[in-house]
Amino acid sequence: MLKLIGSRLATAVPSLIGVVIVTFLLTRVLPGDTAAYFAGPAATPQAIAEIRTKLGLDKPLPAQFLDYVTALAKGDLGSSLSTGQPVATEIRNRLPASAELTLAGLILALLIAIPYGIAAAVKQGTWVDHSCRILTTAGVSLPVFFTGLLLVYVFYFKLGWAPAPLGRLDAFASPPPEVTGFYLIDSLIAGDFETFRASAAQLVIPAVTLAIFALAPIARMTRASMLAVLSSEFVRTARAAGLTPYKVIIVYAFRNAMLPVITTLGMVFSFLLGANVLVEKVFAWPGIGSYAVEALITSDFAPVQGFVLAMAVLYIVLNLLIDIAYGVIDPRARSEA
Amino acid sequence: MTLANPADAPRPASGLAATLRHAHYVISDNPVTGLAFGMFLILVVSALIGPFVVPYDPLASNTAMALSPPSTAHWFGTDQLGRDIFSRVIVATGLDMGIAICSVALVFAAGGIAGIASGFFGGWTDRIIGRISDTIMAFPLFVLAMGIVAALGNTVTNIVIATAIINFPLYVRVARSEAAIRRQAGFVQAARLTGNGEWRILLTQILPNIMPIMMVQMSLTMGYAILNAAGLSFIGLGVRPPTPEWGIMVAEGATYIISGEWWIALFPGLALMFAVFCFNLLGDGLRDIVDPQRRT
Repeated sequence: MLKLIGSRLATAVPSLIGVVIVTFLLTRVLPGDTAAYFAGPAATPQAIAEIRTKLGLDKPLPAQFLDYVTALAKGDLGSSLSTGQPVATEIRNRLPASAELTLAGLILALLIAIPYGIAAAVKQGTWVDHSCRILTTAGVSLPVFFTGLLLVYVFYFKLGWAPAPLGRLDAFASPPPEVTGFYLIDSLIAGDFETFRASAAQLVIPAVTLAIFALAPIARMTRASMLAVLSSEFVRTARAAGLTPYKVIIVYAFRNAMLPVITTLGMVFSFLLGANVLVEKVFAWPGIGSYAVEALITSDFAPVQGFVLAMAVLYIVLNLLIDIAYGVIDPRARSEA
Repeated sequence: MTLANPADAPRPASGLAATLRHAHYVISDNPVTGLAFGMFLILVVSALIGPFVVPYDPLASNTAMALSPPSTAHWFGTDQLGRDIFSRVIVATGLDMGIAICSVALVFAAGGIAGIASGFFGGWTDRIIGRISDTIMAFPLFVLAMGIVAALGNTVTNIVIATAIINFPLYVRVARSEAAIRRQAGFVQAARLTGNGEWRILLTQILPNIMPIMMVQMSLTMGYAILNAAGLSFIGLGVRPPTPEWGIMVAEGATYIISGEWWIALFPGLALMFAVFCFNLLGDGLRDIVDPQRRT
């Protein structure tokens, strides 16, 4: 098992190096004078030259790259132009908000998509199957920001069931004492059920929005992979041996069918982390996505760069976890490693 | 070239009649694909003819009529500046489709050729191109697109480039596997034997043969390209107001959703869904025709 994790870690290293190089190149090599960019439109030539020296932009490119990597190793992502705050601190403070939203969306999507996909495969050709097909095609066609707005209109404006889409808690409530940064968990630890209820209410609609988006690929993959497994010989044997349908489908078929689904999760995460940015914008969610969007509007590049890097590292780590989970579930993958 | 080649064989009954007959065959085979073609036609018509027939100037504001709900005069209502949303939605078709088509064409040229070269030559070419794709795939794609547009500058051209870059690995993967299968095919060896250079074989023999698969890929990624471009302009990148564009229009409408003015965001959002849905259906339908085994 350790050997497996080790070999997977080794495969993540080139991706990590690639990501660092790309984020570095995004600021330094591209057209336009970075120093003039950082100095702002009204800067004098002296000020630009000063900034150039300060940022180390007068050094040759490899030296600049070395500086960048050294700073990264110390956890320094630079500072925001507009607020002057270090980017790394800001991202660390905002990460739990994004993580809570993304995880809630993913869990919700899995809870709906997997049983649905299984049902569609088991009852192939019935209305369950057809509705699954329609849902998966429609799901990937929905712009996630649009779904979010529709849900806000229906559940906030029309029905009044949901609170105003303005962040994690309404302005008068105070967040629970921080332990994990997840309001749902922190409020439970503090035994504050009122805050738990309030933050859950804020979370539901954005999480559902993300879930609708993530549902389609998961349900589609579950259905396809269940169909393949259900027509295989070991399932036929299990059926012939007189096992109950429950045992055949859940114990025998499902476990095998999960492997391709777990592989798909990597792609789903790529979509989810991107969709997260849009959902955070719609719901004024104070995560790292809205931090990057705010910075984009003011042409503040350091936060954007930090955000892209943080997301990419997060994505690599998630893929690593998926790979390891795959090894845990499938003994064959373990022995190949 | 003296050897007979399947690609050079005269096609029976070429021309408009054959095209129509084939279109009829395709549509009657699968009604959903027929529907998708119909939707596609609507999109093309609104993109090409729309700007000349819309009832109002998409940029003309009329504050007296601001925020009025859909009516017979304004089918989709008006926005906060009193601009006619129906006209704006129709006119935006051209820009949104244009961005998607340009980026797909760009990535088809770059990713397609890179993928074919990768699969055909193998070795170092394959390793370098594979490494580039892997690096792109290491990012969550929309996030990478944001970073690219932020760095290159906030313009429509850069939206096109960013969308093309994030789709690059997909095209490389498809083209690479298709080219690798055909690397030692009989017709390739025949072409080599008659003295064609490797690049010439790649462009005149391999490329035409993998075109059907690549067309499916293009149709499937069109939908994603539209979504991606609209998402970027939704967060304020690329297209700028007052240009009519679906993503921006939804973003403008977002402010008014909370106070109940639903029509500003709804109609451009529906147009966006319509276009993406159309290309996804079209892609699925084309794939069923080109490659029936992958039908799911």
